Amino acid sequence: MSEHTSASAPEAPRGNRILREILRGNVVTTILAFVVAFVVGGILIAATSVDVRTALGYFAARPGDTFAAIWDAISGGYTALFRGAIYNDRQDSFAAGIGSLTKSIGYAAPLIAAGLGVALAFRVGMFNIGAQGQIIFGAAFAALTTFRMDLPWPVQILMTLIGAVVGGAIWAGIVGLLKAKTGAHEVILTIMFNYIAVHLVTWMVSTSGVLQKTGSNQPISDPTPAAGIYPDLLGARYPALDWGFVVVIVAAVFVWWLIERSSLGMRMRAVGENPHAARAAGINVERIYVYAMLFAGGLAGLAASQQIQGAVTSGFTSAIDAGFGFDAITVALLGRSRAFGTVAAGLLFGALKAGSYSMQGSEHIPVDIVLVVQAVVVLFVAAPPLVRTIFFLPKSDDEKRARRNAKQAKKAVAR
Amino acid sequence: MTDIMQDVQAASEQPIEPRRVRVRSWKLPITLGAATLLLALLFLVAPRPGNANFRLAGGPSAIQLGDIAVPAMPAAWVSVLIMALIAAWSVAVAVAYRRLPIWATLIFAVIGVFGFLAWSGSEHLVPVVSLFAGTLSLSVPLVFGGLGGVIGERVGVVNVAIEGQLLFGAFSAAILSSITDNAFVGLIGAMIGGVLVSLVLAVFAIKYLVEQVIVGVVLNVLVMGLTTFLYGIVLVPNEEALNRATTFSSWPIPVLSEIPVIGAVLFNQTFIVYLMYVAVALVTWGLFRTRWGLRLRAVGEHPQAADTVGIRVNPTRFWNVTLAGAIAGLGGAYFTLVSVPQFGENMTAGLGFIALATVIFGQWHPVKAALAGLLFAFADQLQRLLVVFGTPIPSEFMLMLPYLVTVLAVAGFVGKSRAPAASGKPYIKG
Repeated sequence: MSEHTSASAPEAPRGNRILREILRGNVVTTILAFVVAFVVGGILIAATSVDVRTALGYFAARPGDTFAAIWDAISGGYTALFRGAIYNDRQDSFAAGIGSLTKSIGYAAPLIAAGLGVALAFRVGMFNIGAQGQIIFGAAFAALTTFRMDLPWPVQILMTLIGAVVGGAIWAGIVGLLKAKTGAHEVILTIMFNYIAVHLVTWMVSTSGVLQKTGSNQPISDPTPAAGIYPDLLGARYPALDWGFVVVIVAAVFVWWLIERSSLGMRMRAVGENPHAARAAGINVERIYVYAMLFAGGLAGLAASQQIQGAVTSGFTSAIDAGFGFDAITVALLGRSRAFGTVAAGLLFGALKAGSYSMQGSEHIPVDIVLVVQAVVVLFVAAPPLVRTIFFLPKSDDEKRARRNAKQAKKAVAR
Repeated sequence: MTDIMQDVQAASEQPIEPRRVRVRSWKLPITLGAATLLLALLFLVAPRPGNANFRLAGGPSAIQLGDIAVPAMPAAWVSVLIMALIAAWSVAVAVAYRRLPIWATLIFAVIGVFGFLAWSGSEHLVPVVSLFAGTLSLSVPLVFGGLGGVIGERVGVVNVAIEGQLLFGAFSAAILSSITDNAFVGLIGAMIGGVLVSLVLAVFAIKYLVEQVIVGVVLNVLVMGLTTFLYGIVLVPNEEALNRATTFSSWPIPVLSEIPVIGAVLFNQTFIVYLMYVAVALVTWGLFRTRWGLRLRAVGEHPQAADTVGIRVNPTRFWNVTLAGAIAGLGGAYFTLVSVPQFGENMTAGLGFIALATVIFGQWHPVKAALAGLLFAFADQLQRLLVVFGTPIPSEFMLMLPYLVTVLAVAGFVGKSRAPAASGKPYIKG
């Protein structure tokens, strides 16, 4: 009898199943996924290293040279990664060496903020690919509304921050409204709004009187007013790490509270689990979509504030998002759409980003290898069965249960 | 059969009352009205005197038509009038709970574009042939990508990795074409590139049951990272040998290309465009008229039922996703074998995502998806033309045009669309 009722309930759409997928898995598979990713990255480094290829030329004569060259290439690359991301042992003092870590955290701040936005939308069953556009428009909106206010020091920081958050929320809110009112697919809308934001802000920063730097012909905005720049968190010695990171952590705690503890978050999660059931329970699903996009956009706007009030203060272009918008998706996926998971994933990816520049600088390995490593990590984190197969681990209960359920479903159809 | 009949009779002891659900949709009237108002406002604020010369000549045809001079402002206002009439009609239709016939919407769009062209092209030449020929050429990656997406979703696997397939197709096409000095080998290379990406998608989505949208997104990142990495470390140092692709040149079809205007637009193209015509026709026929298509759609709509009648669900999915990858990869060949004879980092520039949008916009139908691709390509060509005309609208707003059109189309005309029922759901064989 109970089987009958469950079969007749409409099944949750795709976005909701994505959510369940993301929440699955554990720490072991994540670590093993990193192992796989670094092996893949190592293969790439070795295969493209010039030294390895030269040594391969006389492989038959002295095979040892090839292996030594492979070892040198890979260990050199990953040592450079570590020096750039965590601690540089070539510096004189510990205080100077640890500067790498502060850089990593500096890169992580916008990643975490935008990742939180993507993660929050995921929890409501929406796929927000629009963090890029939301960051760009958030930055432009903050500049439009607050750069010429000429406010005293702490107030200017706050107002510019609010401007960026509101700008991001507006940009995402349009998508939320369009989805709620017309049922248009949010994936298409967010992708299109990314491009629209790029062109709109390009126009803004290249039109004098709108956003263009006064007395300049370049497509660049006014610099951030000095009173609106986040002060450094640990003093001028570590310029990459500023108070913006603290704001991001506060935002992460807020997102955790909103999703896991508040009544609105309960409704959001209900819509994320199954919108049909949520509607039957009296939740206004369309309104929740709009709210979710507003919050998601606001968080992307926070990432914009990290950029214009911390990293890029000398005026920005339409490339102010610096790829964080798309990285945010992988961060949210790796963080399993949970607030603190996203923080951890953002820190990891920030470290990879910081390390990649040092790899390019000292070992001439293109920074894009980090994209490959990130992609492989997320791919394997999402496929625990594959990781278990590679490392000869036993099958999980989930897999066994899934097979059992499938058998029953097939029998039901055959009848 | 009789069993089912009895079941139905038993279930319906009370007589069933037929109920009609009447839907009044204001979406279309609002969209049409807004478009009409916007154009009227534009013509009012910035009138452009003079004539727009529509040039119909072009191509290898022996018979060349002359220019047609259209007075810009009268043509613009007549267009607005007709558009307003259609918009009013759509309001009347909505009040009566009916729907506007599709041809009326089409006429609205064509008239709107004509009026806009007449206005913006005043005192200029409007090269009709090159406008449409360019549209066709630019639509190649979108149409092939869209076809790959349609096949994938129809068989039950969401393909977000179209962007990655295009990019890897472009990459491998450039390398193979450069090594062999043969564009056709490059084309095969493009297919191999697309297949490689879709194999990863298939293995992770079908064998390891990873959520397909995640695999797709991640594959795009992976391909972007991999191609840029290899471009920087392999292609740039060996540019002569590996990144000088032999391209397709334009190849007029003997008799057909002689037809004025139409022949010059449709049959004076590169090989890859003709391949596109064939691919759209073949996929459409195959999907709806052959055993292959029936099985494919059955697997995508109701895998359990398909399995029960003996169709092997997961192998069907696997091979069709591979096929979809090959088709999408062909689209990637456009970038390095037609457009530019060289691979550049991230040269697909998000067109794969547009192709994904055409799949949904085209309601998972190959012909409709191809038309959606053409619409986007046309908007893009129009934008390039308008930059030449020097309209008072800033060029950045023109660049937005294709994306705005897509938003308008998705939100205004299509709205909620229904995917194949089992699209995105992994199938576990019991």
